[in-house]
Amino acid sequence: MTRRSWVADLAGLAVAAVLVFPVYWMVLTAFKPGVDVLTYTPRFLPSAATLDNFRSALARPQFWSSVGNSVVITLSTVAISLLVAFAAALAVARLRFTGRAAFIVMIMFVQMIPLTAMVIPLYLLLNSVGQTDQLTGVVATYLAFVLPFTVWTLRGFVANVPVDLEEAAMVDGCTRLQAFRRVVFPLVAPGLVATSVYAFIQAWNEYVLAYVMLSSPEKQTVTVWLAAFTTQKGTEWGPLMAASCLTALPVVVFFLILQGRIATGLTAGAVKG
Amino acid sequence: MAAVSTTTRPAAATPPDAPPPRGRRRRRAGDRWLPYGLLAPALLVLGAVLGYPLVHLVLVSLQHYKLRELLRGGGTYVGLDNYRAVLGDPFFWTVVLRTVVFTAVAVAGTVVLSTAIALLMTRMHRVPRIVLQSVLVMVWAMPALVAIAVWQWLFDFDFGVVNWGLTRLGFSSFTRHNWFADPMQGFAVILGLVVWAAIPFVAITLYAGFTQVPRELQEAARVDGANGWRVFRHVTFPVVRPLYVIVTSLSIIWDFGVYQQVYVMLNGRPSKDYYLVGIYSFVESFGVNDYGKGSAIAVVMILLLLAACVVYIRQMIRLGDVR
Repeated sequence: MTRRSWVADLAGLAVAAVLVFPVYWMVLTAFKPGVDVLTYTPRFLPSAATLDNFRSALARPQFWSSVGNSVVITLSTVAISLLVAFAAALAVARLRFTGRAAFIVMIMFVQMIPLTAMVIPLYLLLNSVGQTDQLTGVVATYLAFVLPFTVWTLRGFVANVPVDLEEAAMVDGCTRLQAFRRVVFPLVAPGLVATSVYAFIQAWNEYVLAYVMLSSPEKQTVTVWLAAFTTQKGTEWGPLMAASCLTALPVVVFFLILQGRIATGLTAGAVKG
Repeated sequence: MAAVSTTTRPAAATPPDAPPPRGRRRRRAGDRWLPYGLLAPALLVLGAVLGYPLVHLVLVSLQHYKLRELLRGGGTYVGLDNYRAVLGDPFFWTVVLRTVVFTAVAVAGTVVLSTAIALLMTRMHRVPRIVLQSVLVMVWAMPALVAIAVWQWLFDFDFGVVNWGLTRLGFSSFTRHNWFADPMQGFAVILGLVVWAAIPFVAITLYAGFTQVPRELQEAARVDGANGWRVFRHVTFPVVRPLYVIVTSLSIIWDFGVYQQVYVMLNGRPSKDYYLVGIYSFVESFGVNDYGKGSAIAVVMILLLLAACVVYIRQMIRLGDVR
């Protein structure tokens, strides 16, 4: 039995305090009145809270349209990647077929390609099929970068469902599809949660491709909207921190709700008994 | 984290990856095509959006391809000229070396600190551990762009809280200190940001792995007189070794491709002292509009990564039971 100790508790909480400080500082700044933001002796506790920074951030052009675009892109990426990856994971984990090994090696290889290296050909590709400045083009590229990981993780989950269980259901008169729906699917659900979190955060947080592909202001995503903030001369830190809070909020909420399941999903395919 | 324990159930009778036993059920003709049907959508997406562009990337890297060629829709082949230009340029090697050092420091920092945090978590009581874990999840969820903005604010030279803190601690020279004037200091801040943002994923993954190391093994080692380090080195680590290979390789892939942290942190105008391979490739392409040379840099970048991650591929193939 690992000894649990108060020393470890204290050290752990100290670590937590250090790690959370930037987040705390962001939220605090967002609610500070202007005079408290630009001061040489910062306050660590709010003296007066104000929503002015949020108002000014929301008043900037294209906020709601970029949130809308991000939502559309993110939800499409999550939904499509789950369907596509789940089908592929089923095939890889459950069935033997020629080319299975080749597919797995390809998935491994593809996962190693850094997105940064692919910006040029993706731009040229989308340019040639008229998909630059289109949300669908961006969704397609995000799918490609999310799929290797989601296929791999779901494969681990499907592989962990005993085949006997599925067989038993079929002996009891289920069709293959019913056995899948009633036996396999519920057991794989945590994996679907974990991979959807992964896809969600990748799509919501991505910046480089969105910045390159989406040129017109009304097509931009929320990360591009946020980046436009910082390039202007003399950054307004209060509104920027308020905007940052707004951008981060959906992901943080999503993560905190699902936090227990995330690690489960990520390790399922990796450590095996 | 009760759910974690379910993930490594040793497979009962059937090894998890074994195909369904044959003969117990009639095979229908459709079954033969089923796997390909299931794979088709994934193959289609990967082929169209990664495979084809990858081939295209290699082709463009062999071409004279600038703005005019972009508008016309095709370059002219010039053989290995772009590669000769890139590889023959001492500046490119400076950038590569800088990227390798940056990646090594970032990955080492991430893995070591995350291991420490994960080990700490195994020794904490439930409530404080959930606090720490929630903090990790919160940091993890921060979009990269948000994290960059916040770190810019922390290190702002006029009103940044870091300069204020250092001044308060007696380092008077940090009043209105510009962290990005000196690339060494600038990279220190960027490293801090990258490591801070990367710790949650690695720490939570490792913690999940540590909780699955059989307690009896650790106990036995302790009874035999092993100290904490030796227990970790000879008992814990071997069990979670696959996880280490995975998180280290993923960290290498991510940190080697670091781009936006530098680009946005320096307000879209990084000086040449701040170039990493990813930025160099991007600037050559979209800044100077030399897509041929930019592509050649990207190809070299992918090859370097492949070489660095051979171990990873072998590990994953073993796990995937490919043979």
